[in-house]
Amino acid sequence: MAEIVIKNVAKSFGAFQALHALDMAIADQEFMVLLGASGCGKTTLLRIIAGLETPTQGEVWIGGRRVDHLPPRQRGISMVFQNYAVFPHLTVFENIAFGLRMQKMGQPEVERRVRRTAELMHIEQLLERYSGQLSGGQRQRVAVARALAMEPDVILMDEPLSNLDALLRLEMRAELKGVLAESKTTTIYVTHDQVEAMSLADRISVMNGGKIVQNDSPVEIYRNPAARFVGSFIGNPPMNFIPAKRTDNGRWAVAGLELDGPRTERELIEFAIRPEDVFPGEEGFVADVRVVEPLGAHTLVTCDVAGKPFRAVLESDRRVSPGETLKLMPAASRIRWFDLDTQTAIPA
Amino acid sequence: MSSAPVAANIEDRPRPVGDAGRAGQFVFVAAIILLCAWILVPLYLLFVNTLSSPAEVTGFPKSGLPSFSMGSVQFFLSFSGVGQALWNSLLVAVLTMVFSILLGAPAGYALSRFEFPGKEIFRLLVVMTRAFPLPLLALPLAVMFIRTGLDDTALGLALVHTVLALPFAVLITFSLFAGIPVELEEAAWTLGCNRLQAFIKVILPLVLPGIVASAVFAFTISWNEVFAASVLTIENRTLTAFLVQNLNVSPLHLKFAGGTALVLPALIFIFAVRKYLFAMWGIANR
Ligand SMILES: Nc1ncnc2c1ncn2[C@@H]1O[C@H](COP(=O)(O)OP(=O)(O)OP(=O)(O)O)[C@@H](O)[C@H]1O
Ligand SMILES: [Mg+2]
Repeated sequence: MAEIVIKNVAKSFGAFQALHALDMAIADQEFMVLLGASGCGKTTLLRIIAGLETPTQGEVWIGGRRVDHLPPRQRGISMVFQNYAVFPHLTVFENIAFGLRMQKMGQPEVERRVRRTAELMHIEQLLERYSGQLSGGQRQRVAVARALAMEPDVILMDEPLSNLDALLRLEMRAELKGVLAESKTTTIYVTHDQVEAMSLADRISVMNGGKIVQNDSPVEIYRNPAARFVGSFIGNPPMNFIPAKRTDNGRWAVAGLELDGPRTERELIEFAIRPEDVFPGEEGFVADVRVVEPLGAHTLVTCDVAGKPFRAVLESDRRVSPGETLKLMPAASRIRWFDLDTQTAIPA
Repeated sequence: MSSAPVAANIEDRPRPVGDAGRAGQFVFVAAIILLCAWILVPLYLLFVNTLSSPAEVTGFPKSGLPSFSMGSVQFFLSFSGVGQALWNSLLVAVLTMVFSILLGAPAGYALSRFEFPGKEIFRLLVVMTRAFPLPLLALPLAVMFIRTGLDDTALGLALVHTVLALPFAVLITFSLFAGIPVELEEAAWTLGCNRLQAFIKVILPLVLPGIVASAVFAFTISWNEVFAASVLTIENRTLTAFLVQNLNVSPLHLKFAGGTALVLPALIFIFAVRKYLFAMWGIANR
C-alpha cells in the first residue's frame, strides 16, 4: 500500500552536495532505520520524502504515486521533527488534535485518539499544559503523539526518542514498535543510537557523506559490513582494523600473525575483527593492556597491537590489569577484510 | 597626618554578596523612577495646565495642582475645526496603520522565509527610504496629488504616512517572523495545512502581539507627523497640522489644551493595547 521508492535523488545546497544520487526502496509496513554520523544527510532525506525540501534531481514515490511535486499535506505522511516543533500557543491536547481537526474529525473521535496516543506516550497527565511548561523529553513525546494520532500510511521520525532517559527510551521503543506494527505503518526512523537501530529495524540503511553505504538487515550490517565505514561506525566499541601484508597467495601477515585471507592481487589490505571476537590464549596478537573498563557482564580492554589501539571485550571473570601483556587470537570465522583503496569489503 | 591611618580605617573584609545585590537594586529602582519621571512629569504639567484657568496658567506662583477649571478645554473644543481635525487625524492614523501592516507584514514574512535575488538590497532600500528628506518630495508630491485628486484627502495623506511607517513595519515584522522556527510552519504543513492555513493557525497567533505593536507604531508615526500633513491638506487638516497653523497665534492656555489633545488619544490607544506590548517584550500575560 504505502511503499516508498526513492529514485536517483540528490540534493545540493549551493555548492555543497548534501545527498548524492540515492536509490532506496522501503516496503509497505517496513520499519526502516536510517543510521549515520551527524551531518550525513539523514534529516535532508526525510525532508525530501516529506516534501519540505525539493530534491535537486530524482523522484520520490509513495504508495505507487509520484509525489515529488505534491505539497506535504497530500503525501499521506506525518513527521516527527528533530527539534519537536510543538506549537507553543496550543495545549498538549490541541497539539495532538491539530492534524485531526484539520481533517474535520468529530470531537468524540478526536478525544478518543488524543487520549489513546497520549497514554501510549505517557503524557496523559500533561494534556492541559503548554509546551513552555514541558521538559525536553515531554515535548518530544508530544511531537511523537501528534504524528501517531494522524494514523498516517507513512511516518517519518527524526530521532524521536533522543531526549529521553535510558529507561523511558527502552519502554517507548517497545511501545512504538508495537503500535507501528499494529497500525501497519511504513516507518522511516532516524537515530544515532545503534542499540535502538538494531532493536527496532527490519532493515537498516547506513549513510555516510550523503550516500547510502549499506542497506541490510541489522544482523547482516553488524556481521558483514559492506564497507569499512560501516564496521567502524556500527558496534560499541566498533571493529578493530589492522593493516595486512600479502606473504603468499591467500596468506596475510597481520601484526605478527600469519592468517588465511582472500586471494587477491593486492599487496596491502586491511584486516578487521569485532572486539568480542578475539580470545585470550597462548597464541595471537601481542597486546599491551592500557585501559581496563569493567562493564558488568564483560570487561572492555584497550590495548596496543602493533602500535595501534585495539579493543577487546573479555569475559569479566578474567582478571586483567593495565601493563599486562595478552595474546589475543581472532576467531577465524569472524575475520573480515577490506580493500584500502575502495574501502569496501573483500569477500574471503 | 599621613594617609596611613586613613587607609587602616577602610575595612577590607569580605562582605556578603547581598550587599552588591542591594546596591544593584538601588540603582535599578532609581533608574526606573528617573525614567518614569522623565515621561510623567511633562505629562503631568501638561494636564495640570490644561485643567487650570487661563489666569492660573500665566500667573505665578503655581499651585502645582489642577483646579479642574474646564474653561480652556471647553474653549479649545468649541474652537471651530478642532473636532474635524481630530477626526481627520484619527482617520489618517488608522488608515496608515492598516496600510502599513497589510503591506509591511507580507514583506517581512517574505524576507524571513524566502531566499530571492536582491534580498539584501531590498532590506537596505527599505531602511534608505527613511533617509530620503521629505521636504524634497513635498512639491512633486503635492503636484502629483493635485493631478490625481488625492490632495487634501485622508487617503492621500495616509499613503504618505504609510511610506514613512512602512520601513518600521517591514523590519519589525521581519524580526517577528524570523523569530518563529520554520519547523512550526512545516509541522503544520505535514499535519494537513496549506500555506495559508498554516500561517493563520500557527504563525499568526504567535506574531499577533508583535503585529499589534508595530501597528501602534505606525499609528503614532502618523498621529505625530506634521510636515506632510501641513503641505498636503488644506481643508481636511489633521490635528497636528491644524494646531501648528493656529496655535502659535493662540494664548498659552490654549496651547496646553492643544498639546493634551495631541497626547491623549495616543496614550489611550497604547493603554488599550498594552497587553500585546508587554507580551512582545517578554512579560508573560497568560
Ligand atoms: N538549508 C541548508 N543549507 C545549507 N546546508 C544545509 C542545509 N540543510 C542541511 N545542510 C547541510 O547538509 C548536510 C546534511 O544535513 P542533515 O541535517 O541532513 O544532517 P543529519 O544527518 O540530519 O545530521 P544530524 O544527525 O546532526 O541531525 C549538513 O552538512 C548540513 O550542514
Ligand atoms: Mg538531523
